[in-house]
Amino acid sequence: MSPAITAEGLVKKYGAVTALDGIDLSVPEGTVFGLLGPNGAGKTTTVRILTTLLRPDAGHATVAGLDVVADAARLRSRIGASGQYAAVDDHLTGAENLEMVGRLYHLGTKRSKQRARELLERFDLTDAADRPVRGYSGGMRRRLDLAGALVADPPVLFLDEPTTGLDPRARVSLWEVVADLVAGGTTVLLTTQYLEEADRLADRIAVVDHGRVIALGTADELKDQVGGDRIELSVTSTDELETARRVLAPSALADVHTDLTALRLTIPVAGGAASLTAALGRLADERVTVRDAGLRRPTLDEVFLTLTGHQAATDDNKETAQ
Amino acid sequence: MNTLQMAIADGVTISKRNALKIRRAPDLLGGVIILPIVFVLLFSYVFGSMIDLPGISYTEYLLPGIFVQTIVTGAQITGYTLTQDLQKGIFDRFRTLPMAPSAVLVGQTLCDMLMNVTSIVVMGLVGLLVGWRVHSSPLEAVGGVLLLLFFAYAFSWVTATVALALRTPEMFNNIATLVSFPLVFLSNAFVDSARLPGPLKLVAEWNPVSTFVQATRELFGNTSPLRPVPDAWPLQHAVAVSVGWSVLILVVFVPLATRLYKRAVSQ
Repeated sequence: MSPAITAEGLVKKYGAVTALDGIDLSVPEGTVFGLLGPNGAGKTTTVRILTTLLRPDAGHATVAGLDVVADAARLRSRIGASGQYAAVDDHLTGAENLEMVGRLYHLGTKRSKQRARELLERFDLTDAADRPVRGYSGGMRRRLDLAGALVADPPVLFLDEPTTGLDPRARVSLWEVVADLVAGGTTVLLTTQYLEEADRLADRIAVVDHGRVIALGTADELKDQVGGDRIELSVTSTDELETARRVLAPSALADVHTDLTALRLTIPVAGGAASLTAALGRLADERVTVRDAGLRRPTLDEVFLTLTGHQAATDDNKETAQ
Repeated sequence: MNTLQMAIADGVTISKRNALKIRRAPDLLGGVIILPIVFVLLFSYVFGSMIDLPGISYTEYLLPGIFVQTIVTGAQITGYTLTQDLQKGIFDRFRTLPMAPSAVLVGQTLCDMLMNVTSIVVMGLVGLLVGWRVHSSPLEAVGGVLLLLFFAYAFSWVTATVALALRTPEMFNNIATLVSFPLVFLSNAFVDSARLPGPLKLVAEWNPVSTFVQATRELFGNTSPLRPVPDAWPLQHAVAVSVGWSVLILVVFVPLATRLYKRAVSQ
């Protein structure tokens, strides 16, 4: 099957600042692709180019088989986009917002009204349909914005940080909506700072930093790339924590992480369950009381940290390309 | 649908959206209906009790000035809503839709026309209540209304341009007030420019606002044979010059606003 989204060598500069430094992507039809990266990494710029809002300085991209620059006008009727800032009109009601979008897709008045009602129902907004959006909660606005992106039933959907600022319940319900859409054959490209979100939704993930793709693969592949497993232990005193660190550090693959407040150690190891047994044996020899022990795969957070040298979602700088 | 039909349909859709917004926003609606009423009553009673003009009641002299003033201040709503929209994501939404790119500004200015029609009707009615009368032929009176609307439409593009250049509602409001007040008060809208001291008189007589006010007075017959038209060239040919100004404003500001809009939304 031909890819729904392709990008080759996308470059975008703002004066001296390079927002994108050669981005390559390929997203098969009917899959979810996650762009993961800190603020300012180039996620939003990439989405803005793919949704025809921005012209790349170099490179080219196609969406649904159409070039994002040369065929921009035709492409717009085949994509839906929902941004970080819910693009809805405060003074209009939910229904009026969607009807307006329908008319601007040239669906005609009758079809626009009908489509608005369908989407309001689907997104659980029927009760609020005739109230001005001003009074909506953050989650409702986001749902309405997503509904707006779906008015023309587009084969390709772009979601730029769809759950930023949402409470956990609203986030989960949005994830369910996305999962439904993909089950129906829609291709989704989403950007996120939330590793859990990428882990949960995306078939494939590109980790972006400083305008480049620095890693690409499924969540599992990315975790393998970082290597090994993690032993997590908690002990009963800081002395024991120090002893445990000293005893186990030689067998660790990388730096041992100690959490002084939680009295917890995280040790990257190779060798799975055997290494856990061995570690517990050595701690018993040293008479360290282990309160809790476990073996787990690295989290995407750790993947991110290893790949970029900094934590995800800790950089408060706004994305340069808003 | 061909391109032109699409552009018109999209423009109408956007202007409907703006009209709904104004209807739901009490602060904006106040600017369209309440403010003109306040202006008419305030100026005609406060200034009217102090200012004497030969051969014409101050209220009759004043109303055309209020019409023009309200258009100038009312056009700020255009700019204000544009800057508000710029700060939200709504233009991004519009730009990912297969709509005519011109629709945003065309729709915005069309909606302003609708607002201005409302304002002019409200002011006309309140004016009639406080003693303003039309003394010209019906044809000239209609000409007066059309001239005001043409000016209003052209002026919307000026405020749209300023708004797109400044981009934030706060900046826009400050600058717009700073510019519109002297523009209106340094004219013949409320006072007889002939009585102003030398340099102010010169500025007032060549101020385009004065030209529009003079043209409106002539078309509504709110002039007096005892008050000759000042010698300044634009006032001598007020109607023609007003039309010329409006055309010139459109020629300059439509492309300028369009360019600034593209720049503002493509970053």
